[in-house]
Amino acid sequence: MSIRPPESDEAAKARRRRSIAIAITLGAFVILVFVVTVARIKSHVPFQPY
Amino acid sequence: MTDAAAIPAPTAAPARWQDFIVLLKPRVMSLVVFTALTGLVCARAPMNPVLAGVAILCIAVGAGASASLNMWYDADIDAQMRRTRHRPVASGRVQGADALALGIILSLFSVGMMGLAINLLAAALLAFTIVFYAVVYTIWLKRSTPQNIVIGGLAGALPPVIGWAAASGTAPLNAWLLCAIIFLWTPPHFWALSLYTTSDYAKVGVPMMPVVRGAASTRRQILAYSVIFLAAAVAPAFTGLGGRVYLAVSGLGGLAFFALALRLFFSRAGDAVDERAEGLYDVKPGAKHARNLFAFSIAYLFLLFAALLAERLLVLPVLRP
Repeated sequence: MSIRPPESDEAAKARRRRSIAIAITLGAFVILVFVVTVARIKSHVPFQPY
Repeated sequence: MTDAAAIPAPTAAPARWQDFIVLLKPRVMSLVVFTALTGLVCARAPMNPVLAGVAILCIAVGAGASASLNMWYDADIDAQMRRTRHRPVASGRVQGADALALGIILSLFSVGMMGLAINLLAAALLAFTIVFYAVVYTIWLKRSTPQNIVIGGLAGALPPVIGWAAASGTAPLNAWLLCAIIFLWTPPHFWALSLYTTSDYAKVGVPMMPVVRGAASTRRQILAYSVIFLAAAVAPAFTGLGGRVYLAVSGLGGLAFFALALRLFFSRAGDAVDERAEGLYDVKPGAKHARNLFAFSIAYLFLLFAALLAERLLVLPVLRP
């Protein structure tokens, strides 16, 4: 069993910022899939006048 | 990866998220986006603007994935060359395994999203481009033949075809003409650069043309490729793809390109490289002709595609022949 050296403040901050960046990217991916789904549905449904 | 010892150990400073952006080569990505957008617009196919944006995003991410895989594999030689030693993996800021993982994940995302949201032809072309750049060029050709950038240039030339396929679901001859322009542009562009970075390539054993065949042969081949490239560059004006604006830009710019290639041919660029030169643009006076052609080649390619875009988006039909 290896003992990990204590993480410096700078390393902890960088890791936190990376985690936030990954979270934002994943959130953007979810929104992108939603937007693409809506756009695909709209482009396949012909415009129906009232 | 031939020499793992050349890569510095990971630095004490942890990787920042900005390092992962650098890993995607944003400047190369912007050129890829621009040429892909030109292909997409030139297809003249009605397309949902949101889906058009997604197609361009997929192509950009695919280019970034290729760059990340390239930096993972080439870290050992990047670390020894002036132009590339500050790259994230080469400098030890990002671990190679992280660059590899990022490249694979982004490749799967870009190809998968392109296939699901746009069409299978565009997705297949994008997948081919990533594999061609990461495997055929980076892993195989780059370290084995002086024709590396000639054949490998196909990866950089395909984005307009992908853009065209994304818009129309087809890849007609005019799309491949755009591909041919970038493909034939690559040798004069990269060999001009390599003429004044010969010592770096020689040091790491990459068989770039000036290293293997010498500067004189490289200057001769640059001139020959320039002639073929300029013929291809003007061709869209006669195939219905470009109009009068394009003809003027490609013709006048082509003359300037040929003049620079001719001056380079008669120069002694690459015969002696200044080892003291640290920056990319710090070259001995004799190599300035190589630098000038390298710099102008970027502007010329940009102008060619900008002219096509402008004709499609801005210029009135009356200006078309």
